[in-house]
Amino acid sequence: MSSAAISIKGLRKTYDDLEAVRGVDLEVFPEEIVAVLGPNGAGKTTTVEILEGYRDRDGGEVSVLGVDPAKPTPAWRDRIGIVLQSTTLEPALTVRESLQQYAGYYRNPREVDEVIGLVGLEEQAGTRARKLSGGQQRRLDVGIALVGDPDLLFLDEPTTGFDPSARRQAWEMVAGLRGLGKTVLLTTHYMEEAQFLADRVAIMSEGRIVALDTPENLGDRRRMPTTISFSVPAGTDLAGIAGVGQTQSSSEDDTGLRTVSIGTHEPVADLNRITGWAIESDLEIQHLEVRRPSLEDVYLELTDA
Amino acid sequence: MKPISLALHEFRFAQKVFWRNPASVFFTALLPVLFLLIFATIFGGDQIEELGGVKVTTYYIPAIVTLAVISATMVNLSMNVTIAREQGLLKRGRGTPLPPWVFIAGRVGNAIVISAVMLVVVTLIGKLLYDAPIPWERIPAVLVTLVVGATSFCCLGLAMTVIIPSREAASAISNAITLPLYFLSGIFIPENEIPEGVLSFANHFPVRDFFEAFFSAYSPKTVGAGFEWGELAVVAIWGLAGFLIALRYFRWTPRQ
Repeated sequence: MSSAAISIKGLRKTYDDLEAVRGVDLEVFPEEIVAVLGPNGAGKTTTVEILEGYRDRDGGEVSVLGVDPAKPTPAWRDRIGIVLQSTTLEPALTVRESLQQYAGYYRNPREVDEVIGLVGLEEQAGTRARKLSGGQQRRLDVGIALVGDPDLLFLDEPTTGFDPSARRQAWEMVAGLRGLGKTVLLTTHYMEEAQFLADRVAIMSEGRIVALDTPENLGDRRRMPTTISFSVPAGTDLAGIAGVGQTQSSSEDDTGLRTVSIGTHEPVADLNRITGWAIESDLEIQHLEVRRPSLEDVYLELTDA
Repeated sequence: MKPISLALHEFRFAQKVFWRNPASVFFTALLPVLFLLIFATIFGGDQIEELGGVKVTTYYIPAIVTLAVISATMVNLSMNVTIAREQGLLKRGRGTPLPPWVFIAGRVGNAIVISAVMLVVVTLIGKLLYDAPIPWERIPAVLVTLVVGATSFCCLGLAMTVIIPSREAASAISNAITLPLYFLSGIFIPENEIPEGVLSFANHFPVRDFFEAFFSAYSPKTVGAGFEWGELAVVAIWGLAGFLIALRYFRWTPRQ
């Protein structure tokens, strides 16, 4: 067995005539946070629920903490924390009681008060779950998944339906888990979330992983050009930089500036050509910007959205 | 020892959840008492010649105990376990190291304890308000009937979750099953008012047998220890059928 916390090879799952997962390969290493990013229906939840031991698979090899999740054991469950896609809390129990209840199921649970602090619900500790806001309920959900002190945590769309400030709070909480040395596999359909939280991002589309890399390196640079843009006075002759980059476009606005945008696969050399041309022509370049393809650009291209 | 203490742990939280749910408290704890007061007021005072001259109020004590036990077990579990399933709580529980049977045992234990509490409450109200005798000499029969009945109706409640598709449908389905049987089995209306054919039809269902067993244990006219082994056997067979259905078809994941 490899040292990976999660190892998936050729995973397949079909529902009736729908192929939900069509040959997924993925390894997640200890203490790594990996995000599976994709639109609804990409097969994210099916994949995660197979890893959690909730669903059978139709093909492929899967190992989670060295165990085949199709044959879950209590000892294995003791090392795993699960946050399901929908919030699942007992509405009549308080934050502290909910955590106490689940803490009783594990061999070496964390202190309930410590978990309350980790998920930032100190002020709500005595509040019944039904009275919490949506964001607070989700944080209690994560607290319940943490109370058994698991090595591996699954978070299925932890912030779907949140307003931006609740999402930001949830992100900070998940980012804080890094300090606990947990391995985290999360699914999301928010690019920013994957970018903010994950060490590596797997983009999933139509049952396959179509890209897997760090958020910085995601996207194929030979296919997705870097954009260099700058402004020069309107009417400037651009003949001196003809042929620089693979694509060029420019437009003039009513402030008397011409904005030039150049798509290039050789950003360093082309930037040198542009600045050289500007100095030789004694031109003042404004708003110079070099922009790599955003995760959003990559995501939209890869998922054909 | 560990699984037993875990079951007690679950039981404690099931108790908390039960007493904090106004609907459970009303339907399980208060409604049977209300029924007793209403029926005893409307039909009380007379004696039932067919049953050896038992007072109607005395008749209603085992009848309402039967209803209270069925409410605390079958009705309570079928509704609350279905709701927990649809909320995803059962699914989440399956994702923890907690053995599945412990999860169920905590809730079944809660239902049985509430049944016992209701039996005591109804019996005491009968004694205090209507001078219905407490059957001290037949306590063993009362307890055996309670344990066999409560356990069997818990199994039937778990089996009912199999056919209840959603939380909205839970109370409709469980009322549709229990209310007619209460009428037909002599729980709401004294059985001397019910045609013989109806009673023999009701005899096919465990509510009637459970009530007959409680009636023998409670009735001051009973001669002997008051055990109705034949009726208890029918109740237990229904319970066993429910247990097998639940074992085979019980769902841990939401249907919707």
